Parts: sequence; C-alpha cells; structure tokens
Amino acid sequence: MANKQNISKPVVNCYHCGDLCTTQNVSVGEKYFCCHGCKSVYELLNENELCDYYALNKFPGQVQKRESRKDKYDFLENVEIQHKLIDFQSDGQTHITFYLPQIHCSSCLWLLENLYKIMPGIISSRVNFTKKEVFIAFNSKDISLRQLVETLANIGYEPYLSLNDLSSNARPKTDRSRWYKIGLAGFCFGNIMMMSLAEYLDFSKLIEPKISIFFKVFSLLLSIPVLFYAASEFFVSAWNGLKNKYINIDLPVSIALVITFLRSIYEISNGISNGYLDSLSGIVFFMLIGRWLQSRTYQTIAFDRDYKSFFPIALNVIKDNIIIPVEISDIKEGDIIQIHSNEIIPVDAILSKGKAKIDYSFVSGESLPIALNVGELVYAGGRQIGGILELLVVKEVSQSYLTNLWNNPVFSKDKGIKESNFDIIGKYFTYFVLFVGFLAGFYWYLNGKEQLMWNAITSVLIVACPCALLLSTNFTYGNIVRIFGLNKFYLKSPEIIESLSKIKHIVFDKTGTLTQNSDSDVRYIGTVLSAERRHQLASLLQHSAHPASKMVLSYLNEKGLSFVNHFKEIEGNGIEGWIDECHIKLGSPSFVGGSFDVNKSGTKVVVSIDGKIIGDFVISNKYRNGMDKLIQRLKQQFSVSLISGDNANELINIEKLFGKESAVYFNQSPEEKLQYIQKLQMNNEIVMMVGDGLNDAGALKQSDIGIVVSDTNNNFTPASDGVIDATKLNNLVDFIRFATIGRKIIIFSFLISVVYNLIGLKYAMQGVLSPMIAAILMPLSSITIIFITYGMSEFFAKKCKLK
Amino acid sequence: MAVIILLLCISICIAGGFLVAFFWSVNDGQFDDTESPSQRILFEDKNKNNNL
Repeated sequence: MANKQNISKPVVNCYHCGDLCTTQNVSVGEKYFCCHGCKSVYELLNENELCDYYALNKFPGQVQKRESRKDKYDFLENVEIQHKLIDFQSDGQTHITFYLPQIHCSSCLWLLENLYKIMPGIISSRVNFTKKEVFIAFNSKDISLRQLVETLANIGYEPYLSLNDLSSNARPKTDRSRWYKIGLAGFCFGNIMMMSLAEYLDFSKLIEPKISIFFKVFSLLLSIPVLFYAASEFFVSAWNGLKNKYINIDLPVSIALVITFLRSIYEISNGISNGYLDSLSGIVFFMLIGRWLQSRTYQTIAFDRDYKSFFPIALNVIKDNIIIPVEISDIKEGDIIQIHSNEIIPVDAILSKGKAKIDYSFVSGESLPIALNVGELVYAGGRQIGGILELLVVKEVSQSYLTNLWNNPVFSKDKGIKESNFDIIGKYFTYFVLFVGFLAGFYWYLNGKEQLMWNAITSVLIVACPCALLLSTNFTYGNIVRIFGLNKFYLKSPEIIESLSKIKHIVFDKTGTLTQNSDSDVRYIGTVLSAERRHQLASLLQHSAHPASKMVLSYLNEKGLSFVNHFKEIEGNGIEGWIDECHIKLGSPSFVGGSFDVNKSGTKVVVSIDGKIIGDFVISNKYRNGMDKLIQRLKQQFSVSLISGDNANELINIEKLFGKESAVYFNQSPEEKLQYIQKLQMNNEIVMMVGDGLNDAGALKQSDIGIVVSDTNNNFTPASDGVIDATKLNNLVDFIRFATIGRKIIIFSFLISVVYNLIGLKYAMQGVLSPMIAAILMPLSSITIIFITYGMSEFFAKKCKLK
Repeated sequence: MAVIILLLCISICIAGGFLVAFFWSVNDGQFDDTESPSQRILFEDKNKNNNL
C-alpha cells in the first residue's frame, strides 16, 4: 500500500531483503527484519553458520511476507508425481533439477551450493546461474523430496513446480552442436589457410610439385567436414524454404558453397590452382559465428508459458472426509477440492464452503477482488484471498472458462515463418546473380571460349554469395538484442527487431501494464473529517476484510479503536454500525444511496453519517511513472489504443492520458481482446500488444509483437515475444526507434558489401577470379561488416540513450 | 623439402589435439553456463587456512 507513511521513525531496511521495516519489533540483536518470514530465514542460516550469505551482497534475500501452510507440499509424497519430477534415481542417490526464479546474485549461488550444511542428506548441489536452475543430488534414504523442497522454501528459494514439468518428461537437452560446428570450421579454416598461403606466396615456384599436391589433397580432406557438417544448417534451412515454396537467404548461400566446392575439386584435379577451399571454410566459420551471436537470447526467461505454468501441480481433494493430494489432470467433475489462501483455482467450480474473495486480476484485469457467496460459480484462474475454501468442481482444468481461450486456433499456429525483408532482398539478389552469371557465360560462349564460360558462371555464383548480407543482419540484430537486454528489455528472438521497426499501432492493457498491480491511491473528497470522525470510521472499517475497507483503513492510519454496536456487513457492498450514538454507513454508492461527487471516477467507498452523505474515499489505480509522457511520445508516431478487462471507472483518467481521439475499450473479455487485434490487423495494421496477465494471452499471441510488462524478473508472464521490465516501459519509444535504426544499419552495411561483391564480380565476369583474390576479398568484407555493424549499433545505442 | 610433409602432419596433429580438447570441454558442459563459474571462484572456503 502507498499509505504507510510513518516518516517520524528512522528508516531501517530489513537485513534480509532490504525492504523498509514498518516496525522495529522484529529483530535479532542489532539486525532488523521487515517480517517474521525474513527473520526465520536469517535464524536458520545463522544456526548453520551460513551468514556469509549476507556478507557477499547487500540484502540478498527476497521478502518472505507470504506465509506458506504446512501441508502445501503433501503432493510430493505421491510417488507418481515424484517420478515425473526426478531426473534420475538409484539405490541411494536421487537427482533433481529445480527452477528457482529467485536466483539473482552470487549470494544465492553460494548459499544453494552450501545446502548440504543445512540438510545432511544432500550430497551435492550445483547452480546453473544462466538458467536459474539448481541441480541437487540427495540421498533419498535420509531426506524425502518433500523435505528437500520445504528446506528450499524455508531459506527463501521456493522451487517453481509446474504442470509443464510433468507433461514434458524428458528435459530438452541443451543443443551444443553449434559449438562443435564453430570449432570444427575454425580449425579447418586455419589449417587450409596455412597451406594455401604457401601457394599464394610462392611466386618463384619453389615448392616441389609433390608437396604442392599433398597440400591440395590435405585441404580438400579438411574441407569435407566443413561442407557436410559445419555448413549443414544452411542446406537444411534452404531446403525447408524450398519445401514451403519460398526462397530464403540460405539458398544462394548454399548454392555458392556447393559450387565453390565443386569448382575447387575441378581446379585441384586438373592442377589449375589450389581451389577456393580457404574462402569456403572461412565464410562458413564467420557465418556460424554470426548465427551464434544472433541466437544468444535469454534462457532464463520462458517465452512460451501457457496457463499450465500458472497452475499448481496438485490440489487437495476431499473424499470421505479425508484429504488427499491429487494431480491436477486427474481431477474430475464432482470432486470437492480445497483451496487455501493465495492459491490459484485451476478449475471452474461452485463454492460450497468458506468465504471466497477472488482476485481475478489475472484473468480479467479487474483490480479489486470479488466477494462470492456459497453456491456461486468461481471461474478458473481466480486467486483466493483469505481463508480456506471448499469447492465443487464443475469443469475440469482442460475445459474451464479460462483454458478455453487456448483452444482458439491462434495458439495452435506458429507465428514463425514469415518472409523477412532481408529474405526478399536475398531473393532478388539470387535472381540478379543468376542473370549476371549467365549473361557473362553467354558472352564468352558467343566468343567461342567455352572454358572461360564455365569459369565466369561459376565465379559469379561464388563471388555473389550473399554472406555479407547474412553477416550484417546477424551481427546487427545480435548486438541490438544484447543492448536491449542490458536495458531490461528481453526479446524472444532477433527476428522480432525487424517487426518492431514496422509497428503501426500499439494496444495497451490497463491493469498491471499502465498501472501498478500492487499499489493504489486512496483520496478523500468531502467534508473535512475531524480526528474523532476518523477514529470512528477506522473502528468500523477494522471489522471488514474487504480489500477496499483495508485500503481505506490503512489510509486513515488510526490506532486504538473503539467499540462498534450492531455491526452489519453486506458482502461486497458495504458495512454499517453504531459508534458513539452515530449511525455510520460505509460502502458502494448503491449501498449507501448516492455519493458525494458523482462525476469523479474510480472505485468509491462512500461515507454516510446518520443518513447524510459527507464524503467519498476514492480508490484509484496508481499509474506507473512517466506513462503520460510515454503515451504522448508514442502518439506522435503511432496509433495508440487501450483495451481493458476492468470496468470504466477510470475512464476520465484514461482519457486524460490517451486523449479523446484514441480508441479506449473497457469490460473486454480475453476473447474480445484477441478479436480487437484481429480487427486491426484486417485493416493492414501491424500491431504491438503490451499486456501483462493471462487475460491478454490471446491478444499477445495474435498481435504481430506481444510484449509483456513484468514487475520483477521472476514474475510469471504469459507467452509473448518479449518481456520488458516495468521500470523500462518508459523507454519503449527509444526501443522502437533503435530497432528502426538497426534496419538502416543493415542496409548500409549491405551496400558496402555490395561494393566488395562488385569488385569480385568484375574479376568473375572476366573469368579470371584467382583463389588469391577470393581469399583477400572474403575476409576483408566479413571483417569490415563486423566492425561497421558493431560500431554503428553501439554509436546509435548511445544516441538513443540506451547505453 | 619432404620434411615439410612430416612437419605438417605433426602440426595438424597438435592442432587436432586442441580441437578434441575443445570438443571435450563443450561436451562436458563448460559452455552451458558461463556465469556461475566466474562467481564461484570468488568464494572463500572456510575450512582451509586463510593465512596464504
């Protein structure tokens, strides 16, 4: 809440997590903690002499305010679930890998690798920092999987266990083939170059023919693995393109590679020269490096989460008064399930017991929780706030209201294959090269020089390899992705940069995207409240657990409250009661009967004393800093619209932000959001969706670029093309601008490579391209391209204030 | 001059040795996570003497 303004006290940061301590009651010696959770983590570490954790970094921990219940991990005793989670199991040893989104600093690394000091049953633990994973080998006789998970949770590293872990049993093995390919190509390139160099420099023909033949055969042998293994991905991708009936840039590359190889064999076997094998392997080497740079995206961030990742693995099912944990996919209609505070309800169900306060912000974007009575329907995706609930399952996980969204065809098709601009350039390039090659060949044919004709055709195809274009896109995009990453804007793949530079329309979600999820503003409008009045209101409010009441209560910030007579609460509407002979009514305008200022927007708690309305508490979303500026800047270049699942309470604020001419929609279901994006796309607009929750999942998927705003790095975000840190949302315009500049850099460096190609072409058309000229032109053009793309992208990043 | 052939064979064998070493290290997972080892090396081991 924004209202904890106890400025009189000195500021004390929690020793564990660094949050501000609201009280100084929670402490060990001189060390203060914000909550008991943080304190208990400290105590546990202290007992085991692991306090170096705090010495390595300042405030290494994560806030531990959320208490977990004891039986939370009951389901880990279930052998079937265990088997799905465990990597390997033998007599004594069990291996398991957990994803711990909390890993963020060297303290985390240190603590997690010293786990065996806390739990003797742990044999070893090893952290993969890049993936935020910890691999643990433990002795299953000494500790159970459940104890292990509970220990991790106790020290503040609660493993993230999800349904996705269960469904994809075999962990995808990390692909290391690119490393092998680069290593091999580099090795062959170097050695072939060494042997060719002797030929190039042997002007007075000192090398004996025997040795020369040996050199040539050796280079040929070395080039075979380069062509057939290292370069295989170019052939595969070209072939896939042809199968899907489009020409991609790998096709001319593949043609050039094959022709170079064949011509080299021909020249070597006829003793003409030593072939172009050095250039061939060099090109493959550089192109592979380029590809590697481009593919270095963010392993820690999962860009393909669907609803499964958000749901728990198992639920407590009540059967004959016994509670048993059941895997979520095995839950059937008619089962009675138990839901605890802060848990997500994964099925559509009817409330049968307990006080439900469901936070649907996840699904619908509504910011305030909804109170439900027994007998009412609870939709999947809601999060229970408050006590324990019992629910009767109406629809299973795969059939529920929320998961139905994933049955939309958008989710089954891949955004994948789209012809990029550079593929199109590559295509015309290919046609042009073929044309020039045959023209030159035809010319020599007419002049009766058949030998030169073949020379010319093959040389043109060799020289015109668009590898420079490939290099410039790879290096530029690779570097842009890196610079974006430094600015906490993480892209799923570099191809997105190209789409980013073509954006026409930007659609925003409201709750959680433009506004802060965790924070709201409370204001009071009306007759000034005396200290006595404030005290009375607070006394009444403390009896209500409704979130709105709690916000107002913490806004009033009163202590030592008085007694209330005849207290009455109408769930979800308001409260009333008698204090000091005054009848006080607090609640929604419909409950109290009107409000103080009808024109003001926002969620209201109206105050009425003895039947007279004296004022309103207005609870409104708190907008992220700098949003007004961002929208202003975006509006100059793009169309902007807003689509929210929330009600229209905020209309006035939104209109101030977006202006009257922008499209603004409220009360939109996830499907409607998706359809809205579709509608825009039908008008040939290229749409970017900026959202945050599962309710935007459809729109994010449908849009040309779906960007998710995340408050913390370990926030769970739905499937998207990119994740942007909430603090960097302001820079969205700069990011788009930089992406556009990136395209220009590629075009510029491409023009330079064309100059090199034209020089080569001159020799090629005359049929006199010697291996030496090729060997000079090739590395020279590659290295120029690398320098230009790198230097320019760094320079413009500074100009866009991204560095 | 024929000795050059021998020298060449030796040099390629040595280079090949490094290539194999590289493949080995990749296969061993040395390039999977380049972040944690750089942090890990900075931790002090409490069990040993610090009087070095």
